[in-house]
Amino acid sequence: MSRIAETFARLQAEKRAGFIPFLMAGDPDLGVTRELLRAAFDAGADLVELGVPFSDPMADGPVLQRSAERALAAGTTLTGVLELVAEARRDSRVPIVLFGYANPFLRYGAERLARDAATSGVDGVLCVDIPPEEADDLEPALAAAGLDMIFLLAPTSDRSRVEAVRARARGFVYYVSITGTTGAAAPDSAAVAAMIDHVRARVRLPVGVGFGITEPAQAATLGRVADAVIVGSAVMRLVEEHPGAAFLPVARAFLRSLADAVHAARV
Amino acid sequence: MPRLPDRHGHFGPYGGRYVSETLMPALLELERAYNRLHKEARFKRDLRELHERYTGRPTPLYFAERITRTLGGARIYLKREDLCHTGAHKINNTLGQILLAKRMGKTRIIAETGAGQHGVATATAAALFGFECEVYMGSEDVRRQALNVFRMKLLGATVHPVDSGSRTLKDALNEAMRDWITNVRDTFYIIGSVAGPHPYPMMVRDFQSVIGREARRQIRHVAGRLPDVLIACVGGGSNAIGLFHPFLGDRAVRMIGVEAAGHGVATGRHAASLTAGHVGVLHGNKTYLLQSETGQVQIAHSISAGLDYPAVGPEHSYLKDSGRVAYETVGDEDAVAALRMLAEQEGIIAALESSHAVAAAIRVAPTLPRRAIVLVNLSGRGDKDMETVAEYLGIRLRDSGEERA
Repeated sequence: MSRIAETFARLQAEKRAGFIPFLMAGDPDLGVTRELLRAAFDAGADLVELGVPFSDPMADGPVLQRSAERALAAGTTLTGVLELVAEARRDSRVPIVLFGYANPFLRYGAERLARDAATSGVDGVLCVDIPPEEADDLEPALAAAGLDMIFLLAPTSDRSRVEAVRARARGFVYYVSITGTTGAAAPDSAAVAAMIDHVRARVRLPVGVGFGITEPAQAATLGRVADAVIVGSAVMRLVEEHPGAAFLPVARAFLRSLADAVHAARV
Repeated sequence: MPRLPDRHGHFGPYGGRYVSETLMPALLELERAYNRLHKEARFKRDLRELHERYTGRPTPLYFAERITRTLGGARIYLKREDLCHTGAHKINNTLGQILLAKRMGKTRIIAETGAGQHGVATATAAALFGFECEVYMGSEDVRRQALNVFRMKLLGATVHPVDSGSRTLKDALNEAMRDWITNVRDTFYIIGSVAGPHPYPMMVRDFQSVIGREARRQIRHVAGRLPDVLIACVGGGSNAIGLFHPFLGDRAVRMIGVEAAGHGVATGRHAASLTAGHVGVLHGNKTYLLQSETGQVQIAHSISAGLDYPAVGPEHSYLKDSGRVAYETVGDEDAVAALRMLAEQEGIIAALESSHAVAAAIRVAPTLPRRAIVLVNLSGRGDKDMETVAEYLGIRLRDSGEERA
């Protein structure tokens, strides 16, 4: 059983939702990301999404666009991100999913990425701009290396889209809670709940919900209906609001408050 | 020649639909609507009538006699897309897409623009049909192309300056995509080139193919045969595909696509993605792309804002690999020289984009016999470029353009 499947099986046994922070690797630099990753593990994150920065993040709102710009300005590369994962893997079994765009992954090479990611201890890859129809570019190589390729579903996804994702998805499905870019607006939890039931019944995989979740109470509400709650922009926004040494203590406290809220949601 | 793209929008290994899941249903809906409507008699008639009465089609095929004599080689014909309403070929596509938007019941139009030509053509079509229109434009381009920004506003469009990334066309496209991701249910996104996810490269090609269909008929009428060489500039590549596509089956017709070499391909400051790029994924399709070793998109450079794009339409990538089209480059200096030569000897001020194609014709024509025919797509007129050209030539048109803005 993969670490991702193991994690969701454990969450299900414990009858609680998982907390998944998204951290942009390299913002403001990889040294801070290393600390942030440790903070996420300490806070009780059940899985971590590690953003791989790209120059043209078409699906991201302004917060993650700026976050990627800072990461690239700091010289962050996929190679550096993989080294960071290998280092983190020495003392944690929390699953790590790379979250990024097709071009940096494909330029690195699908087979090479699959091999190096598996060696580093990565568990899965989510590529925002690779829908199931184009997944031959990456999915077979990842599967051969034992990595899960994670796919997205959205409020606009009809039955045929759910079917297309079902055919290829592994690990879990990432449900985009709003029709919009990352961090854009607050999701409507009733609508999300209805869609999650619909998706879960068809894809037979756990469903994580993300995009637009900014604070613990909201995370808790979604934790009552989803298998996991993903928070990204709200974490990376703190880099701008609390620059320099102030960032990590604030981020630690925020990650803990989110994790506690999600974990307590169904108790 | 196989019929391309295939049903998933691939031209061989290129093209496709590399977009976030949120947009997939909209792209599939658009593809279904396009496949259903574009062959329909009513749709074809509506578009043809618009082109005749509004765009000014057919555009002339003009024999550039003086320049032909000066060069002393092949006869040079110009397909006068610069005479289209709004001053460039872009309107061929925006009218087609807006008819589609209307039939699909969409209420809001968005577009991206670089130099502003596609933005103006979209704002024009939206004004004609009474649509709300919002145009995304890099803030750097807003500064450089103040005249086109004003034109769009006069036409009733809202122009959103985009401050992310390089603040040029690629970032405007990102931002338009983000708008579409957010407002996908009621919004129609009019993409201006043969780029973007499927079905855009196919759809824009089909709408622009009116150029090649007319040119093919016209040259047979005046010369009694097909041309030997077709030449067109390639940024995203819509005017080139529009000219080339109806000739692809004519094996004897050579085709040359001209990319912008900017300061020179060796300097790294250019926009020659087919000549010097690597295969990658940007803006929803797989194609040749200017990018770093680690897969970050690089900034293109050309004196011509319309060619200043780090990628290229996926069908061009396919045509390059297949060898059917030869892709060459022309730099800023030769493009400006060609613009001046055409102005002085034919009384035609071409757009800087089109001047790259003219420059290639100036290079090729003398190497061919006098009976040979070279047909150049003069995709746009140069009025919009006068400040840029003056600046390049070291001439000051007024006290300070920047203070005025």
